[in-house]
Amino acid sequence: MSDPQAPRGDAPGATEHDADVVLEEPQAAAAVSVATADQAAPAGAPAEVEPPSRWHTMFQQIVTGNAIISVLAVFLALVVGAIMIAFTDERVQAASVYFFARPGDTFVAIWDSVSGAYSALFQGSIYNFRRDTFAAGIRPLTETLTFATPLIAGGLGVGLAFRVGMFNIGGRGQMLIAASIAGWIAFGFDLPWGIHMLVALIGGLIGGALWAGIAGFLKARTGAHEVIVTIMLNYVAFYLVSWMLRTPGLLQAPGSSNPKTPPMKETAIFPALLGPQYNLHFGFILVIIATVVVWWILNRSSLGFRFRAVGENPNAARVAGINVKSMYVYAMLIAGALLGLAGVSQVLGTVTTGFTAGIDAGIGFDAITVALLGRSTPWGIFVAGVLFGAFKAGGFSMQAAEGVPIEIVLVVQSLIVLFIAAPPLVRTIFRLPDPSRRRRAVPNVTKEVKAK
Amino acid sequence: MSTTTAQQPAPGSQTISLATTVVTSWKAPIAFAVFTLAALALAVFAPAEGDTTFRLSSPTDAIQLPEITVPAMPTLWVVIVLLALLTGYSAWVVSSKRKVPLWTIVVFAVLFMFGFLTWAAAGASLPMIGLLFGSLSLAVPLIYGSLAGVLGERAGVINIAIEGQLLAGAFTAAVVASVTGQPFLGLIAAMVAGMLVGMVLAAFAIKYFVDQVIVGVVLNVLIIGLTSFFFSQVLSPNAAALNTPPRFDRWPIPLLGDIPIIGPVLFRQTVIVYLMYIAVALMYFGLFHTKWGLRVRAVGEHPTAADTVGIKVNRTRFWNVALAGAIAGLGGTFFTIGSGIAFNKEMTAGAGFIALAAVIFGGWHPIKAALAALLFGFASNLQNTLSVIGSPVPSEFMLMLPYLVTIFAVAGLVGKVRAPAADGKPYIKS
Repeated sequence: MSDPQAPRGDAPGATEHDADVVLEEPQAAAAVSVATADQAAPAGAPAEVEPPSRWHTMFQQIVTGNAIISVLAVFLALVVGAIMIAFTDERVQAASVYFFARPGDTFVAIWDSVSGAYSALFQGSIYNFRRDTFAAGIRPLTETLTFATPLIAGGLGVGLAFRVGMFNIGGRGQMLIAASIAGWIAFGFDLPWGIHMLVALIGGLIGGALWAGIAGFLKARTGAHEVIVTIMLNYVAFYLVSWMLRTPGLLQAPGSSNPKTPPMKETAIFPALLGPQYNLHFGFILVIIATVVVWWILNRSSLGFRFRAVGENPNAARVAGINVKSMYVYAMLIAGALLGLAGVSQVLGTVTTGFTAGIDAGIGFDAITVALLGRSTPWGIFVAGVLFGAFKAGGFSMQAAEGVPIEIVLVVQSLIVLFIAAPPLVRTIFRLPDPSRRRRAVPNVTKEVKAK
Repeated sequence: MSTTTAQQPAPGSQTISLATTVVTSWKAPIAFAVFTLAALALAVFAPAEGDTTFRLSSPTDAIQLPEITVPAMPTLWVVIVLLALLTGYSAWVVSSKRKVPLWTIVVFAVLFMFGFLTWAAAGASLPMIGLLFGSLSLAVPLIYGSLAGVLGERAGVINIAIEGQLLAGAFTAAVVASVTGQPFLGLIAAMVAGMLVGMVLAAFAIKYFVDQVIVGVVLNVLIIGLTSFFFSQVLSPNAAALNTPPRFDRWPIPLLGDIPIIGPVLFRQTVIVYLMYIAVALMYFGLFHTKWGLRVRAVGEHPTAADTVGIKVNRTRFWNVALAGAIAGLGGTFFTIGSGIAFNKEMTAGAGFIALAAVIFGGWHPIKAALAALLFGFASNLQNTLSVIGSPVPSEFMLMLPYLVTIFAVAGLVGKVRAPAADGKPYIKS
């Protein structure tokens, strides 16, 4: 029981080596996580009998570690983004016409467009130097955290399902159902302050959990592939919510013909954390709590142990006496509740003036990228969610200030995940030493691979 | 894949009779009962008055078929009785330890659909040609996407990036066809674009051992980002020069196009659709009847064994994933030059994911996957048709129907489909 990967008779040796990493102590797992930016020694750092020198060892650790890969991946992605911005900028195109006459103009134009875009990105996501007071200057950072709130919650939901070997693409549907139930409770009932919010929150969580639970239940009972079922449930939820939004008496605002709900009642809205001038709301606290809870479930509870065992190898888990089918159901219930939290934080925190069928804002899909970037570890997802929140907040201000379409953010985000997922590629580009060069090459296989 | 082969005694062996166990499942009778009850509920709680007319030919057809008019409610009741009989028959079959034959499922589905159409279109006339023609058109990108998915997964690489490949194909086709004025050049460019996406997927999955689902999802985001970025930044300001794609003309095939019903639906299409017929046939023949197909399936089922007999596993995978990308890119042309529509942000709208569902629904078989994709196309177009003639069901529920049917089908009828054994697993040579 303590060693569920032992019966993996079919796995080649290289894969088994990697399997050890995942079921190790959480501290070691955290070191594997890229997003914690931990400077710890790489897992496979060879123990030298006689270390050459302390500085050399440290240098080796830094250039072979995960942190440097993450930093370089972000850098590479930003470079690609800069190239795209520069090439599509009209000033650059105008200057490049006479490039051979005055090449300087082109470089100035490139510098202007790229630096303008990225400083707008920074000022829109972290600190705005153009404001006089600190309170106004720090507002972008709170925006970042506000955008990060549903991303983290959703990422946790997707990541938890990953750890059990399931791919939850149904974030959109789970968010929509949760948002509808929470919104319906929030505008349709009169309850005292606090209790109202709590009831709406719990209602939303249960809604999301049950919606995802359908997929888990069907997988457990009939073997239906959860990828198909969650994709299909996305559409079902979307059309269901669209119908409810245009049907008077269900979700539609009374006296209106738009497919939109009435505003949420004051008693149900998440309180603002830092006062009314910031958008950051109580949902962020809930998300921190959710991260801790997911960390505890995965790394400290016996349920989490069974989850990971099923994710590593369902057959071995079954041999070890774990009820694999009920693990699928439990994992989807929890994942759905987490995505439900993302939906609830949208309707009770971010968009409190009534919502439409687009309330999910693509977060259900962004959450997949967040979970992948966070390598499905709770704190990794937290950091990845904050990073993507920063990109989102900064992207809007970049679009407003510099006219660079916000989609550049999608490109940069996806490139970051791609580069981080392939450390050998980054090492090749920057000619970094390979930590495994002295041993036989150990391929970097992510844990999701082995779940299959 | 099929369990029936084990039950048949080998030809030429008279004495050996193997003990066989037949695994029966109550899923089909239960699903039948659910659908029969649904039809019954329609008839009891929402009776529709009037006659339903099925129009079987369009005015331009050479051979005109008469319109078929049936009274809605009596027809529905007859259908319900037939459905109940089929349900009873399948229950009897299962209780006597036999498998429910495939024809029951097909007949049941057709009857149910007929009953539903009769009810939904009561008091109006239903243009069957338009319904089927539109279904096929909507299914075109899904079929190409599902073929790409089948090929990739048969070779052992999960292709979640179908959506991105379709989008890349649609984008490139629009731009190249607009600039050159030649839709055929757009077609080729789209295949190249899809192939490039496939190659990136293959490179990351095969060379760098990155999880294939991760690469696929991320590539989708990347392609959405790239195409939307260039759309906003480059295409929109120069829409006249860069984003006014010409469309493919319809080429009616002389004799086949005059066959009643089938002709106008199947043989008065654009070249993209004709290529699709060829692609489905070639994919089926290639995968199951050629050396190439055997190798593809070998590296997808048991790469170590394939390597042992001298097949270059990773090279085979790489080129087949690239080919799959080209096929999906070709499917993406439907959105722009296939329909004569300018490119728009995220215009594939999840078609790649539906294609992925069709791959699994179709059990990783090209023809079955294409049929599953057709089912999706039919269901989407049914909603369009019914909303035009005005149906009693809210349009959202009609739109929901294909997805609900899929869930029922996957849970009830298909059950646990088996993916290629090495699907999604990188091959690490030791």
